Amino acid sequence: MTAMVKAEGVHKSYGAAHILRGIDLEVQNGEVFCLIGPSGSGKSTFLRCINHLEKINAGRLSVDGQLVGYRQKGDKLYELKDSEIAAQRRDIGMVFQRFNLFPHMTALANVMEAPIQVKGETKAVARERAERLLDRVGLRDKAGNYPSQLSGGQQQRVAIARALAMEPKLMLFDEPTSALDPELVGDVLDVMRDLAESGMTMVVVTHEMGFAREVGDSLVFMDGGVVVESGNPRDVLTNPQHDRTKAFLSKVL
Amino acid sequence: MTDKFDKDKVDKVPAGASPAPTEIPPEAIKAIPVRHYGRWVAGVVVVALLVLLGVAFSQGDVRWATVPEKLFDPSILEGLGNTVLISVASMALGLVLGVVFAVMRLSKNPVTSTVAWLYIWIFRGTPVYVQLLIWFNLALIFPIFNIGFYKDEMTDVMTPFLAALLGLGLNEGAYMAEIVRAGIQSVDEGQTEASHALGMSQAKTMRRVVLPQSMRVIIPPTGNEFINMLKTSSLVVAVQYPDLLRAAQDIASTSFAVMEMFFVASIWYLILTSVFSVGQFYLERHYARGSLRSLPPTPWQKVKANLARFSNREAVTR
Repeated sequence: MTAMVKAEGVHKSYGAAHILRGIDLEVQNGEVFCLIGPSGSGKSTFLRCINHLEKINAGRLSVDGQLVGYRQKGDKLYELKDSEIAAQRRDIGMVFQRFNLFPHMTALANVMEAPIQVKGETKAVARERAERLLDRVGLRDKAGNYPSQLSGGQQQRVAIARALAMEPKLMLFDEPTSALDPELVGDVLDVMRDLAESGMTMVVVTHEMGFAREVGDSLVFMDGGVVVESGNPRDVLTNPQHDRTKAFLSKVL
Repeated sequence: MTDKFDKDKVDKVPAGASPAPTEIPPEAIKAIPVRHYGRWVAGVVVVALLVLLGVAFSQGDVRWATVPEKLFDPSILEGLGNTVLISVASMALGLVLGVVFAVMRLSKNPVTSTVAWLYIWIFRGTPVYVQLLIWFNLALIFPIFNIGFYKDEMTDVMTPFLAALLGLGLNEGAYMAEIVRAGIQSVDEGQTEASHALGMSQAKTMRRVVLPQSMRVIIPPTGNEFINMLKTSSLVVAVQYPDLLRAAQDIASTSFAVMEMFFVASIWYLILTSVFSVGQFYLERHYARGSLRSLPPTPWQKVKANLARFSNREAVTR
């Protein structure tokens, strides 16, 4: 297996706040990679670095063998142009905690938007795929609804369909169920489980330990901007080695 | 007691629509309503003042017959057309400039944002009347208009229409820039992030995601701006532009019906602002898509709904 995401000594700070303090990890092709940790541990920040929504200050971060946001020539790094960064992001889908659906478009139009605007697909092709994807997330009958007419769980499933419409090779999930009412979490996790079974490479920041244990292939516990512990989810969750991991898990499990 | 009260309240809501046949209808509360003496007094005072105003006008030396007579005078209608033309043209120029300068103001480039700031500072900070006069008298400092491939006398280039358009449009652009900027900034940052994460470029994100959503914030003040523009356009009299007010004044100076002609102009201004207010309602409704669960009904839909309810009620009571 080859590494889809590779991070070496990644640092990120906002002014004086040092959020990431040297992250080293590898996400293998086709695996579900879960990031857990207390809030403020930097897990969401790291996820946002993967598609260059945040710029890293030090270290190296690459997706599918390509540096994120830079090009290397000899031993010099060149910043990528905005259009080149946009091109890199096409292959990386992202699902946000707050859904961030486009509220002025119907569910169907949300899913069709990027393929038409970015890939220049025809409406007919984009619509056909969008309908198939909405069907896959169980929302075919909601295609004509605006986001404000959908529940949180339905919105998040549309958001997943929207990301999948670009046919990404990597999907990033930033606490996808944290903003949902408890009874709606299951539907979203079902969609993610289905996606994992189809072989999609997924990096998931989550508080759903059950999901991590069942679906995850690898798990990393982060705290204070560093990776504290990593390994097989079942091992880490049932038999944590590190004190900080134990303390965190005793609170959330 | 409280139990009974609550029950009444709950039961009453659906009662009007479809009362459940098996339930015993709750007894309606019979209470003596509060007397609002203050409202009566205020109503009487206001009506009395209106009557006084009417009496005063009836005794004034106004030749009322002149007003309807001159309302559709060809020169008034021509002036009216010119007022609409210059207002729409100036507003269009203001809108375009507003979007351009708002985007410049928000850009990361310090040169463009400073230039935009300067533009807004100057054109919002000086009276529009003075700006009109400056454009109109530009020939005093630049007698010849020369941009390389085109050269002419400035007095021929700077027609009353162009002076009016530049004066009103550039002034409006400064106000619109601030309105558009507020609209752009009102759109949640998550929208931009989601768009970027999908691989959309800066320009497409602005055009497809941010601007359409900012419209909801931009349209209401823009409607106000346009209604203001219809009225402010009367200042173009200063640059010899033949607008509605100018036409009214021309007739007034020959017929000596001065006040009557001002009334004629006022009636047309009122009609214009009323018509465009209706247009604004429909525009706002259009851009409310997605932000409201259900759109507010149009006046026509309200009428239809009321009629339907009325006939339903009749059917029920019968």
